[in-house]
Amino acid sequence: MDTGSVAYVRTEDAPQYAPPSTKTGAVGWMRDNLFDSVANSILTIVGIAILALIVPPVINWLFIDAVYTGDSRDACVVEGAGACWAFVNAKFGQFMYGRYPFEERWRVDLTGILLIAGLVPAAIPQVPFKRETVLYLIVVFPIAGFVLLTGGNVDISAGFWVSYATLSGGLLAIVAAVCINAKLPLARPLIGVGLGVAAVALVFAIAAFDFGLVYVETQLWGGLLVTLVVAIVGIVASFPVGIVLALGRRSHLPAVRLISVIFIEFWRGVPLITVLFMSSVMLPLFLPDGVNFDKLLRALIGVALFASAYMAEVVRGGLQAISKGQYEAADAMGLSYSQGMRLIILPQALKLVIPGIVNTFIGLFKDTSLVLIIGLFDLLGIVTLNFSDANWASPNTPATGFIFAAFVFWIFCFGMSRYSMYMERRLHRGHAR
Amino acid sequence: MTKKFLTIALGAALGLSATAASAATLDDVKAKGFLQCGSNTGLAGFAAPNDAGEWTGLDVDTCRAVAAAIFDDPEAVKFTPLTAKERFTALQTGEVDVLVRNTTWTMTRDTTLGLNFTGVNYYDGQGFMVRKSLDVTSALELSGASVCVQTGTTTELNLTDYFKANGMEYQPVVFEKLEEVNAAYDANRCDVYTTDASGLYSIRLQLTNPGDHVVLPEIISKEPLGPVVRQGDDQWFNLVKWTLFAMVNAEELGVTSANVEEMKGSDNPSIKRLLGVDGKFGESIGLSNDWAVRIIKHVGNYGEMFNKNVGPDTPLGIERGVNALWSKGGLQYAPPIR
Repeated sequence: MDTGSVAYVRTEDAPQYAPPSTKTGAVGWMRDNLFDSVANSILTIVGIAILALIVPPVINWLFIDAVYTGDSRDACVVEGAGACWAFVNAKFGQFMYGRYPFEERWRVDLTGILLIAGLVPAAIPQVPFKRETVLYLIVVFPIAGFVLLTGGNVDISAGFWVSYATLSGGLLAIVAAVCINAKLPLARPLIGVGLGVAAVALVFAIAAFDFGLVYVETQLWGGLLVTLVVAIVGIVASFPVGIVLALGRRSHLPAVRLISVIFIEFWRGVPLITVLFMSSVMLPLFLPDGVNFDKLLRALIGVALFASAYMAEVVRGGLQAISKGQYEAADAMGLSYSQGMRLIILPQALKLVIPGIVNTFIGLFKDTSLVLIIGLFDLLGIVTLNFSDANWASPNTPATGFIFAAFVFWIFCFGMSRYSMYMERRLHRGHAR
Repeated sequence: MTKKFLTIALGAALGLSATAASAATLDDVKAKGFLQCGSNTGLAGFAAPNDAGEWTGLDVDTCRAVAAAIFDDPEAVKFTPLTAKERFTALQTGEVDVLVRNTTWTMTRDTTLGLNFTGVNYYDGQGFMVRKSLDVTSALELSGASVCVQTGTTTELNLTDYFKANGMEYQPVVFEKLEEVNAAYDANRCDVYTTDASGLYSIRLQLTNPGDHVVLPEIISKEPLGPVVRQGDDQWFNLVKWTLFAMVNAEELGVTSANVEEMKGSDNPSIKRLLGVDGKFGESIGLSNDWAVRIIKHVGNYGEMFNKNVGPDTPLGIERGVNALWSKGGLQYAPPIR
């Protein structure tokens, strides 16, 4: 049979035409996304008109008319001048380090490098040695950072060592007494407590050791340095404390639950600004005459306690999202409370609340600006402070300074936000949507 | 237990400074080796950081003068920037030895806070700023003007009183925030801007064309700003008080930082007493007899300090006005050293 002679059967595919020009390329994309209905067309045109009105003057002010070099306000007060970047240029060192002594600033740089050296391998999942990296970040780095930034050589008196030794001895004796009373083996708890006491003593010894670094009082710290110190200490302290508080609030032990609830509700109930203000105005009145707590330390404690309360509620949200079956499964497998939490509940709960946790971190990062209330100059504080330098006062100085500060804050907050999205995608197995 | 230790250790580490705030502040300061001075958290001309991050300004130099008198070193001073609310607590609790933070001397503060004002290093007061194009030379010509003012301040009350007392009309344009007042005045929404005179000069710098505006000579309120010390330590009180007096006396006698060494050979008995050539005036306040020489050499006399920080040659361009010496029609007057 000669199929070839049957006129209505195709022997080859119909030729493929290119899609109509209105559906491809830039035109197609615009028709689909910008002009697919009358209403959307109008909105698009209005939107473009608004952008055309706003963007060119902003670009003009920010870059084209901007003043980049100069030694004083004279450079920035010329007719039609835009942003006064010369101001940021002249004050850049202050914005980063505050009034940290110039010849000691390498110590801040080194601390930053040490932090990045720990953070980068910890943040990239493919890099091995996670346990060691985390140990470095939460033990080695804080001690190194403390010694580098303050200069170490803390004046710890002999009396302190005597009382520390006495109390350590007392602690060991109590542990021994409890163990003997309960007829438990003595060796393991004693060694554990002994090692703990020795480790703390070692930390003190390092802090007290004279590394030959000049002491830099916290009053001189400022700018991005203070912002990062307050934010990082707040974040690092609030995370574990928050988890403990969240678990405490869901505990079956009434005392533990009550204490957790009181703590959380108290700190959530007062504004951070009040906490800082109380710490700087009221606290000194209660202390004995002439005894002053370091201002930065006050701010750090206040911020850490405050952030912990928020973190606790975020984590509690995650704990409540875990079904009862998971808790019962942990019990059924014969896991202890801490094992169950560590291996089954918390990994699931924390993964669920990553957006909430990062939200709290970003909020905390931006709240650091409130330390200005107690006369500490964070990044925003030191920028505003320098507006008072008559040598640089000009109509464009404040706007330029604020834009610079906003940009630096944005870099950090945006970075945290992107990393959290990456972690969510990586961990979202099971709840994928 | 460990937690408690940590707190103590951190406190010690980050500077839990236990300076006994006993009666003898001078002994404490000498033992510490530096003066702890409460200063402003940023006010143009009075306490502001320069490009190198060092504090400069009239209040800052007043502190440096006290440090120079004690240590012969104007750098032997540490500044604690204080907000308006925490300044008195900081002084009362001994966190700072002296407070020089454009603080207005009022009866309540002098009598009820356990503090003493030692003098006036700047006579401030509420003033008016107008555009030059208005062609106004006195505040008494302002009848019918619209006035930009920050609401809820004593400034607003003083303004009402002044216009009422002089039988003039005005139209208030009030704002909540200082920045809003600045913007409104710059945008020509009012003819007159009123706040403390020193503030007017620094606001003028932030206007689009500072040269187009002028601060009128009338001052309608009293805001004497000066150093403050704790009550109950008369030696320290005298020291801070006479540091300022020495600077004013030096200006009156023509002693400057440039000629102080040669002035030691002057025949004028007043200069001899000031510079410690005659008499033992330094010892009476617990210092060496060349105390005034140290102040003048390092910081200058009052006029030099004024001109360097806020005077006509600085961007602020404040005229001496009421801050001129009494002999030149101003209010700066110091008792004689004898």
